[in-house]
Amino acid sequence: MGDWKAITVPLLSSDSKNIFPYTSERKRSPTSMNSQVLRLSLPSPKNMYSFFGAFCTEENLEQSISYIDRELTTMGFPSIYAESKGKELNLVSIINCMNELLVLQHKNLRAQEEVEMQHLKLGSDMDHLQNCYAKLKEQLELSKREIVGLQERDRQLQSKNRNLHQLLKNEKDEVQKLQNIISSRATQYNHDMKRKEREYNKLKERLHQLVMNKKDKKLAMEVLNYVGRADGKRGAWRTDKTEARNEEEMYKVLLSDYEQRQKQLLLENAELKKILQQMKKDIVSLLPPQKQKPKERSEDGLVLSDQEEDIGELNKENMWELSCETVREQLTNSIRKQWRMLKNHVEKLDNQVSRGHSGAWNEKDVISREAHELETEKLELEIQQCKEMIKTQQQLLQQQLTCDDDTTLLLQDCYLLEERERLQEEWRLFREQKKNFEKERKSFTEAAIRLGLERKAFEEDRGAWLKHQFLSMTADCKPENVTTSAFLRSSDPDIRLVKSASRQRKPPFVLSPAVSPEPCQISQYITHNSVASEKPAADNMPNLWVESDDKEGTEECTKLWEDSGVGTLCRNLHMEQLP
Amino acid sequence: MNFSELFKLSGLLGRFSPDGKCLASCIQHRLLVRDASSLQILHLYTCLDQIQYIEWSSDSLFILCAMYKRGVVQVWSLEQPDWHCKIDEGSAGLVASCWSPDGRHILNTTEFHLRITVWSLCTKSVSYIKYPKACQQGVAFTKDGRYMAVVERRDCKDFISIFVCNNWQLLRHFDTESQDLFGIEWAPNGCVLAAWDTCLEYKVLLYSLDGRLLSSYRAYEWPLGVKSIAWSPSSQFLAIGSFDEKVRILNHVTWKKITELDHPATISSKNTIVYKEVEKSPTVDTERLTFPPTRALASSLFSTQSKYEISQVPVSLQYTKPVADRANPKVGVGMLAFSADNCFLATKNDNIPNAVWIWDIRKLKLSVVLEQLSSIQGFQWDPCQPRLAVCTGSSRVYLWSPAGCVVVQVPGEGDFQITSISWHPSGDSMLLLSKENFCVCYLEREEVK
Repeated sequence: MGDWKAITVPLLSSDSKNIFPYTSERKRSPTSMNSQVLRLSLPSPKNMYSFFGAFCTEENLEQSISYIDRELTTMGFPSIYAESKGKELNLVSIINCMNELLVLQHKNLRAQEEVEMQHLKLGSDMDHLQNCYAKLKEQLELSKREIVGLQERDRQLQSKNRNLHQLLKNEKDEVQKLQNIISSRATQYNHDMKRKEREYNKLKERLHQLVMNKKDKKLAMEVLNYVGRADGKRGAWRTDKTEARNEEEMYKVLLSDYEQRQKQLLLENAELKKILQQMKKDIVSLLPPQKQKPKERSEDGLVLSDQEEDIGELNKENMWELSCETVREQLTNSIRKQWRMLKNHVEKLDNQVSRGHSGAWNEKDVISREAHELETEKLELEIQQCKEMIKTQQQLLQQQLTCDDDTTLLLQDCYLLEERERLQEEWRLFREQKKNFEKERKSFTEAAIRLGLERKAFEEDRGAWLKHQFLSMTADCKPENVTTSAFLRSSDPDIRLVKSASRQRKPPFVLSPAVSPEPCQISQYITHNSVASEKPAADNMPNLWVESDDKEGTEECTKLWEDSGVGTLCRNLHMEQLP
Repeated sequence: MNFSELFKLSGLLGRFSPDGKCLASCIQHRLLVRDASSLQILHLYTCLDQIQYIEWSSDSLFILCAMYKRGVVQVWSLEQPDWHCKIDEGSAGLVASCWSPDGRHILNTTEFHLRITVWSLCTKSVSYIKYPKACQQGVAFTKDGRYMAVVERRDCKDFISIFVCNNWQLLRHFDTESQDLFGIEWAPNGCVLAAWDTCLEYKVLLYSLDGRLLSSYRAYEWPLGVKSIAWSPSSQFLAIGSFDEKVRILNHVTWKKITELDHPATISSKNTIVYKEVEKSPTVDTERLTFPPTRALASSLFSTQSKYEISQVPVSLQYTKPVADRANPKVGVGMLAFSADNCFLATKNDNIPNAVWIWDIRKLKLSVVLEQLSSIQGFQWDPCQPRLAVCTGSSRVYLWSPAGCVVVQVPGEGDFQITSISWHPSGDSMLLLSKENFCVCYLEREEVK
């Protein structure tokens, strides 16, 4: 409200200024006019009336009227004087003017009010904005302060980081230094150790000399009488010969170890090959329906593989016996190919499954479901029937049981008897088998003896031949040369003979009855097994054992020995691997 | 299971003969030989001094008694009780004595490892092996008794000499790539020799019989290294226990590591069975108590019994923190042994002293953990089947087999703290040794099956 007053006052005063030149002729002093106008600033109805009253008096009525007329005309109102009658007042026009003026006045007042309202609004807006501004300013200040704080912290952290880096570097240096120190100390320590050890060795040496030189009477062994060696042999002299023999024996030991290991590996390899073969076969048997399609799709690639396959089929039997090196590529290729096919197949199946899921329920499915329902109904019915049947049977059984227990007992007994008979039959068969085995073993030992004799004869023969050779050679060759060659030649069969002897020795050990009956059974079973496993390999010789029983030809026997020997050896290896 | 009465013993010196017929035991300076089944005294020999070590010859015909303090070895014959032999090492002193595999030679190591003297019982000959190294396992014989390997130290370098045992001829002599060789061990097949370095350096070297270096294995560099080593009976595996609480198994084809067996303090695998020994005090019927109490009742009251319970995994085992500033810290795998059938490996981690870990070698997985009430003193596999006997310094024997495990209380009064177990070669009985007593435990065959 204060603002409104402050603004209206100068407005009126300007009005009065405008008025002033016309009122200069008036008697009233301008100051009094001003004071009157100023009084308007505090409007009150009583004062208003007195004010108007004061404007127009009896004396200056004419002047007032003309003044008003002038004023009105300048403001665009029609003259209040009647045009025709000169100084006559047009009352209608006056009233109209009055009305106009009043309307104007009202309008102005309203406008003023509106303006005031707007002003008020703007003022409050302004206030608000000013507040906002102040607040924002505050915020700005605050954030500025914050930024400064953060910057400070950042700086601090950075410096800290720098410090830590420095520290780390120092530590690293320290570590390096310590490592150097350690290594230097270690070398020093090693050096000192070596020196000490040398000293210690010297001392030891001296001590040893002293101890030995004193001719220690105490150093002695009192023994009642010397005992024989455990093996009954006499101690051998140490000569070059024994040395050579020792070397030889060592290498033999090593060789046998390697041989054994090779055999193990061979066996393992064979087994793996077998598995691979089987897998291959399985894959091939799985794949054929899918094979046609890819053939059509990508011909060139598969034609090649077909060729390969042909080759593979041609010598499939031999292929597995070949060493890996030669067939490796072929093998890996074929496996890779089959694997790819399998993968394709599986992927396709996967796709089919997903398609089946996504493709809603096709007709087939619906039909099958109906069929399912039918089937289940049928099955339920069947179950019901079966249940009933069981019930009746149970009832019948109950009745039977209650009527005669003796018969059931008898029945049971008879079952047992039957079983016993069967067992006895089996037992008899088993014994027969055992007898057979025994017979076979005997024949083997005989064969072995015969072989030994033969070997002896052969050795004699060889001796004679060697002698002959030697004699004939000495005639025309240098003696050294001959001896070495003879030695070489003689050493070779020797080894072979030893080997064969060891091979012969092994199987009887396996079959020896000295071991308790239990292992004996096992060994028999195993040898039998090994033979069985060898059957396909041994060119369809199903009755290998029986054959050997009938004919006792040495040749077959030896062959058989070798076979069975290998078999048992393999089995031995296998047994060792088993645990 | 039957137990013999307790017999007196000194120095843990009780041994079955290799043929399993006799049992030798020592009391101070007396050597008693008993029948292994009836325990009747067959022979009694009196030595010059307190016996410190005994060993049967391989053919079970002789017994060697070493008296290190006197530097004397006495040998007794079972066939001729009045036969005697005394070997005096004189002023050189004696620190170790053993039979050669043929049972006719005795190898004496003199003090300060000046030499090894090979005395023959067959001839008057004496041989010397100079420069033997003083280390944990410096002499090793192959299982077939043909070869002997000896670690030697010359000019601050380690060497290994391989001798042929039947005439003590040097077969091979080679230097090793080691800092300070600590031990050697032949593979049971006698073709490979494993040699390992001192614990400061993790290094295992494998030599062929002819002295070629087959392979060398090193798991890590700086921390303490190998603590124990064991070959599997088939020579297929070499198990190496180390200070980092792990066992590493090498294979015999490539000599590379197959697996690493960790020994954590908490077991969380569902496939592992944890047997925990729990003490149970006997409950006594108050109405049956009599005054004065009978002797049996009194003894039963004061002896607590224990049994195994299966713990639910995860189980945390009792863990002792090793003392850092001590040499030879009690940490790492210090004991390990394969079962006779190669299928199981038993280990002990020294900082989990109450537990025996049994690993299935076929699966290379931890199969069983036995957690005892007190720390494990020793364990030994049955020489014939997968059966482990464990002792913990109490009067109880613990037996584990794949079928399960049992606690057996040794009957009898008095304190009988079993600290060592040795199986009879047939696996039918075992010798339980304490510091002062021993008894024989007979196992019934039926019970096993």
